[in-house]
Amino acid sequence: MKVGANIKDFLFEKTTALFALCVLGLTLLLFALLIRESLPAIRKFGVTFVTNSTWDPVLEEFAALPFLYGTLVSSFLAILIAVPLGVGSAIFINEFAPGWLKTPISFLAELLAAIPSVIYGLWGIFVLVPILRDNFMKPVSRALGWIPLFQGPVYGPSMLAAGVLLAIMVVPFILSVSREVLATVPQVQKEAVLSLGGTHWEMIRIVIGQHCIPGIFGATILGLGRALGETMAVTMVIGNRPDIVLSLFQPGYSMAAVIANEFTEATGDLYLSALVEIGLVLFLLTIVVNLAAKWILTRMVPGRAGR
Amino acid sequence: MTSIAFRRKATDRIMKALFLLSAFLVILPLFLIFFDLLWKGAKELKWSLLTDLPRPVGEPGGGIANGILGTLTVTGLAMAGGIPLAVLTGIYLAEYGKGAFASVVRFAVDLLAGVPSIILGIFGYVLWVLPMKRFSAWAGASALAMIFIPIVVRTTEEMLKTVPVSVREGALALGIERWKTTLFITVRTAAAGIITGILLAMARILGETAPLLFTALGNQFWQTGLDQPIATIPLQVFSYAISPYDDWHGKAWAGAVVLILMVLVLSTVARLLTRTRK
Amino acid sequence: MDNAIEVKKLSAWFGDHQVLREITMGIRRNSVTSVMGPSGCGKSTFIRCLNRMHDLTPGFRMTGEVLFDGRNVISEKVDPVFLRRKVGMVFQQPNPFPRMSVFANVAVGLRFNGKGKSKSEIVEVVERSLRMAALWDEVKDHLDQMGSSLSGGQQQRLCIARALAVEPEVLLMDEPCSALDPVSTSKIEDLIEDLSEKYTIVVVTHNMQQAARISDSVAFFLLGELVEMDKSAKMFTNPSDRRTEEYITGRFG
Repeated sequence: MKVGANIKDFLFEKTTALFALCVLGLTLLLFALLIRESLPAIRKFGVTFVTNSTWDPVLEEFAALPFLYGTLVSSFLAILIAVPLGVGSAIFINEFAPGWLKTPISFLAELLAAIPSVIYGLWGIFVLVPILRDNFMKPVSRALGWIPLFQGPVYGPSMLAAGVLLAIMVVPFILSVSREVLATVPQVQKEAVLSLGGTHWEMIRIVIGQHCIPGIFGATILGLGRALGETMAVTMVIGNRPDIVLSLFQPGYSMAAVIANEFTEATGDLYLSALVEIGLVLFLLTIVVNLAAKWILTRMVPGRAGR
Repeated sequence: MTSIAFRRKATDRIMKALFLLSAFLVILPLFLIFFDLLWKGAKELKWSLLTDLPRPVGEPGGGIANGILGTLTVTGLAMAGGIPLAVLTGIYLAEYGKGAFASVVRFAVDLLAGVPSIILGIFGYVLWVLPMKRFSAWAGASALAMIFIPIVVRTTEEMLKTVPVSVREGALALGIERWKTTLFITVRTAAAGIITGILLAMARILGETAPLLFTALGNQFWQTGLDQPIATIPLQVFSYAISPYDDWHGKAWAGAVVLILMVLVLSTVARLLTRTRK
Repeated sequence: MDNAIEVKKLSAWFGDHQVLREITMGIRRNSVTSVMGPSGCGKSTFIRCLNRMHDLTPGFRMTGEVLFDGRNVISEKVDPVFLRRKVGMVFQQPNPFPRMSVFANVAVGLRFNGKGKSKSEIVEVVERSLRMAALWDEVKDHLDQMGSSLSGGQQQRLCIARALAVEPEVLLMDEPCSALDPVSTSKIEDLIEDLSEKYTIVVVTHNMQQAARISDSVAFFLLGELVEMDKSAKMFTNPSDRRTEEYITGRFG
């Protein structure tokens, strides 16, 4: 718009544009500050920061592999549990649930998404971890302890506990995106399968096979993006031990958790810088994952572009 | 019935049962969590919880009054900065945002919306705590504002876009200036939706802990200024929860009950607002 | 009789696509002028040029002159806001402002035009406008109900009242009856006749009977060109152009 006839309109547009510029500026500032504060650690450790596994504040040796490992394993574990449940319940709500049941179920799922993560952590420490430890990890470890994944000793706080808790937290997102994806299937296509004598399940299998796999994949990636950055709940149940151990029953550590636990204790400049660099790595990781999810979903679910 | 037909029928039944089971498993934790909150929080749910300061271990009584005030303070600060910034940005994107600049802003907002909240804590720390050499309410509020802004920008833009073109044209055709049309007609028409977005974003930052750990830090006492450390309920729940004392665990549960009630009230009000719109 | 609006060689484009070709015509003051033609002939585009409603359409541009009050109002130097206060518009779909009462809908132009009218003046103007739009008797007892809760025909009259409240000289109506039932249509047609005593009215319609019933003059558009313009009596009995004749006798369009 040129200055044109109405100066007030011009000023109003430019004012709103200025605020938009501020939001853009804040995003860039966030990025710039993360890089600036990580520089000492980046200079000192280079690539070894993500390939080595020593985290020793006393000797000022910092490397993030155990945290990266813990973040990835706990998140993948969460996705592994959450995707079947989320997609399954999306199918249930969209295809089978009677009308009067749809709204309450999705309302409850939304409520699940609204619970603050510190409350999940609290519940995780005092309820979920003891249940998992006594009813699942101990018996499984006794019976199958020779498999590295299930090796004891069992403490309770563990990679598995973090994965399960994360699964509960990301399931509402996977559920709601899956419902959107399922809703894009044209009714005619469903009726076509049914009219050929297919059962309800066959209809779902065929239709999902043809239409929804990429969208559900997008939902999965979106859930992964959520899980990667989750802090409080993971910090409270993962056990916070910076080792790479194959067993899911052993404590681990995550990137977000180490920042949460050690930031206020970080005495040296390099220590702080290393923690910020972990933040930077986490930041880049979630950006890549979220962009991938968005890219897939905008292609799958028309009209979803804005979100 | 042939065996194939039988098998198909049986598979159909089994799959239906599995879908039902998955829906049940998704919802189950919600009930477990609410049950435990009430069960374990009940003992400490007294009036003094809302009116008293925390007390040392072993001393009976004590509450989270400073945390309640602190939560409201930090959330209020974040919203005071976040609402104008986010709503005007949303207006820009919806009403004028067609060019490359708008696409860049949209992209930035999308990125920001996906940033883990702990990283926004680092933002608040580097921006305030490093230069001031002190944890403060300001630092916490800036971190929360960074969570609040992208949510509200998006809902504002989406809600304004649901206002039909005919409404804007109707106003313009009356000789109402464009900026007045936008502010007093278009935004007004979408107001319920925008307020709903603001309330939901508020509910979200109200319960945030991670970005406050090393910005607001927490405080055992009443807050003394916005440039000082400040208590919030989520921080109190966290520190009570990871403490080794049973006494404090009870307080963590009770604090969680207060927190979840605040979140629920906000979400319900938000929901009712959009319902009456129809 | 003088002309309220004088259009000279008005051409318009959406991007590269030319939609109006050198339209030249005069619109007589205090009369009803109908603009008719088959769909896609540019008739709606044409009247939206008269109050610059295309300003927000990306890629739209126009050349030529639209003289109103002695000024070329399509010039970028003229603020469309002032033009639109003098040249009001009623749309095809009734578009009362959602979430606003009947009263607020009519008062909205006054409130935001910054003329600083007092409360009692506004009440007075609202009543007068609703009376002129022949809606007063139907809504006077519930002015605070939502505008969108009225029937379609009432909504359209509400939109007319809303336009009248800012005291325009010209009222543009873009197929004002196409979304309405026959009873509401005839009410609006009567209204148009009454209003033409005080206002200059331009009505776009694809309905020839309607054009014949309500208008003093008729302009016939085809493919972005003004084919012919004349007194409506002459136009429907003895058109000068063969294309007009073919259209009104139903041979095409």
